[in-house]
Amino acid sequence: MYEQFKSTAEGIGAEVHRFKTDTETLEFILTFLNEEGVADTPHSYAVWADGPFLTDKNKKVFLQRINGLKFDVTRQAAADSRIGISDMSWALVDTGSLVADQTAIEQRLVSTLPAVHIAIVPTNNILPGKAELFTHITPQQARYIAFISGPSRTADIERVLTIGVHGPKRLIIVFVDAYKGGAQ
Amino acid sequence: MKSDFKRSIHTALASATLSGALSKFSETYKVNRAKAYEGIDFESLRTTIAERKAYAASHLEELSASFTRNAEALGAKVYKTNDPEKVKEYILRVAKENNVKSVVKSKSMASEEIHLNHFLEKNGISTRETDLGEWIIQLAGQRPSHMVLPAIHMTKEEVADLFSKEVNERLTSDIPRLVEVARTELRSKFLAADMGISGANIAVAETGSVVLATNEGNARMVTTLPKIHIALVGIEKLVEKFEDVVPILTALPRSATGQLLTSYVSIITGPVPNTDGSMKDLHIILMDNRRTEMANDPKFKQAMQCIRCGSCLNVCPIFRVVGGHVFGSVYTGGIGTILTAWFEELQNSEDIQGLCIQCGNCKEVCPGKLDIPDMIMEIRRRLVTEKGQPLIQKAIFSVVNNRRLFHAMLRAASIGGKPLTKGRYIRHLPLFLSNMTDGRSLPAIAMVPFRDRFHKIKQPKGLREKAAFYAGCLIDFAYPEMGEALITVLNKAGIEVTFPDAQTCCGAPARYSGVYEVAEKNAIDNIKAMLKDDVDYVISACPTCTVALARDFIATFESVGQVEWMPKARELAQKTIDFATLVKKLVDEGRLTLTEKNALGKITYHDSCHLKRTLKVCDEPRELLKKVGYEITEMYECDMCCGMGGSYSIKLPEISAPILKRKLTNIKNTGASIVAMDCPGCIMQIKGGFDQDGTKVEVKHTVELLAEQLRE
Repeated sequence: MYEQFKSTAEGIGAEVHRFKTDTETLEFILTFLNEEGVADTPHSYAVWADGPFLTDKNKKVFLQRINGLKFDVTRQAAADSRIGISDMSWALVDTGSLVADQTAIEQRLVSTLPAVHIAIVPTNNILPGKAELFTHITPQQARYIAFISGPSRTADIERVLTIGVHGPKRLIIVFVDAYKGGAQ
Repeated sequence: MKSDFKRSIHTALASATLSGALSKFSETYKVNRAKAYEGIDFESLRTTIAERKAYAASHLEELSASFTRNAEALGAKVYKTNDPEKVKEYILRVAKENNVKSVVKSKSMASEEIHLNHFLEKNGISTRETDLGEWIIQLAGQRPSHMVLPAIHMTKEEVADLFSKEVNERLTSDIPRLVEVARTELRSKFLAADMGISGANIAVAETGSVVLATNEGNARMVTTLPKIHIALVGIEKLVEKFEDVVPILTALPRSATGQLLTSYVSIITGPVPNTDGSMKDLHIILMDNRRTEMANDPKFKQAMQCIRCGSCLNVCPIFRVVGGHVFGSVYTGGIGTILTAWFEELQNSEDIQGLCIQCGNCKEVCPGKLDIPDMIMEIRRRLVTEKGQPLIQKAIFSVVNNRRLFHAMLRAASIGGKPLTKGRYIRHLPLFLSNMTDGRSLPAIAMVPFRDRFHKIKQPKGLREKAAFYAGCLIDFAYPEMGEALITVLNKAGIEVTFPDAQTCCGAPARYSGVYEVAEKNAIDNIKAMLKDDVDYVISACPTCTVALARDFIATFESVGQVEWMPKARELAQKTIDFATLVKKLVDEGRLTLTEKNALGKITYHDSCHLKRTLKVCDEPRELLKKVGYEITEMYECDMCCGMGGSYSIKLPEISAPILKRKLTNIKNTGASIVAMDCPGCIMQIKGGFDQDGTKVEVKHTVELLAEQLRE
């Protein structure tokens, strides 16, 4: 399932990574933020929306390592961030999509406004497609069901595919095998 | 046809941009669509969609009520109206009550339909389209030319000019840079906007949800950043159950752009939190604007099954030549013609309905199973019923309606046309008729029509079966040798051919012009003629005539309420068979042996619209040609219309010509010295094209190629 998903998602421009543990995942993300030059100045922030992955983590340690990382996701903070990080609950093999309940405003802000979106997904939550997905999530439970498939794209000028018109220019998907965050 | 309509066609044809972009897109679209549907049973998928959408269309009241109840229970405000003016008033009222200064919009064809932007701007509310294509056309002050690709008609240079003015900076035509400019410009608009307006791709009654699909991410911003969200939803978007979302979301992106899914899909059910912690002020407007009326019309209710993917435009041979703007309205292409006739008025579709060449491409790919060509025919019929037909056309059909006069005139034309003919072609016609021979010569009328030759043909005695040959006007009067060839082939298989003298025009020209009473009279005359003798088959070597005899007579009778002749029409339909299908059957039964005496070399085959898409015959002629020793090299777009379309090439020669040109090029590129086909109409078009083009490619009917081998 994972290999299939990876191939479809990469086909639509997503970057796909996979780690065994939460610790390895964290190391990858924090290193990435560092390398991308996240800093405590507007347009260089990173915003991380609260979610199951963070529940058992010590956020203070991250803040010490990365200047400009924010867990308090306001509209302004998100608008001034280069990178947004959030959980996404499911991955769909047939279309290479990620899905989550994004009713909470910070979930939408971090995955909409910054140029890069890092999405953390439990490897166990890879599903074949929409039909299976809708046995897990329905409009009765979630007011804003969001599908994200690759980065923002347009082909409105001369049919030339161009990435990153309004939403993120990069979608980085990080799968965690032994996902320890709160229950999904 | 109005002269400004003709003018807009000429403008479109002159624009190399347009035809360049559209041709390129239509070619890549076909490949991408096929790839996107790999592993999916398209027939079963579209059957489900058509069934679910048809159910919704016949329960609009119920579904609107249930949608309203469910969305309101969650805190949304739902407003339903038939009147576009009331939609605008409602939006303005909400805007005024909340002191809205600026609006950001994600793509909504329903808002285009009611010219909402103009209305809001006029009332002092700054309104920005945020879909890149929509923003471009908003800046250009134009209408979308395609419902999925609104700015497909514009070049990057034109976009650079527009953006340069907007940002007061001289920009180059580098596309990524232009997209970046749009990102920056519109980002500030998103963050400042007081209200977001979106459309909806689907509205789910049982949950009160609206579903939005975009690639750019603008709908996510429009529904997230401003505190007010208004979703303007045409009621054709309603479905009963949440599970109905699955087939529609499976088909929509695949059919629209050949994508597996758009980058973003949002399913919004009730108000969600705003950035300041308050709840969204969510308004959903269910707009009818004559959709209920359309759903109640037995011929047009299927138009409610449309999911607005635009695939009918993408495969249309006419659209890729003229683009969307000649349609003159918000909705373009085949579906646009139908929606214009309803959402505006029938009258407004008078010119544009004539653009449809009835090739049937759109019907094959439609994920909602709409029969667009058939609905356009119905528009024609209603226009003629309401308004009568143009005088010249009326004069022509009064002749076609009178077999003796019609045939006498065709005979006279064979002599009268003499000064214009050169060999077997008419290369130039004088005056206003001249564009009929622009890029294509017309066949000269045969000196001796088939009906006079028939009696001199000696057929073997004691053949076991009989077939009545329905020649059709072209074989009878222009290509009688095809009729002779048909007799050679059938005689070899033990079938005697009869030629009922009283047969006349099949009525297709009248029917395709919407003049059903003439088509009806033609049908009755032909039924009488073809059923006079007891025969085993009624055979035709013209797919359009075959379709007329096998299907259209019945359909015409149904439309005009002709019941008396219906049983006979069905009897005739039962017996009617096209040449290739009958001969293939005879070969399979061992009654006719086609052997390869020697390798005959490379040929290519052109699929005629009626044969391939109405009669579903495409392998049979190829197999027969291979059996006698031809090697088939397929041309690019072998089943794309040649631009003939019966009287289409006479009414709109300027559109027919570039379509023919493409076909000629595709034939030439195979390097084959012969192109075979099964329709005398296509032969007339393609043969005439090669005559003027000067290329030596033989254009032959399958019947001729088979008879040549059987005679030797």
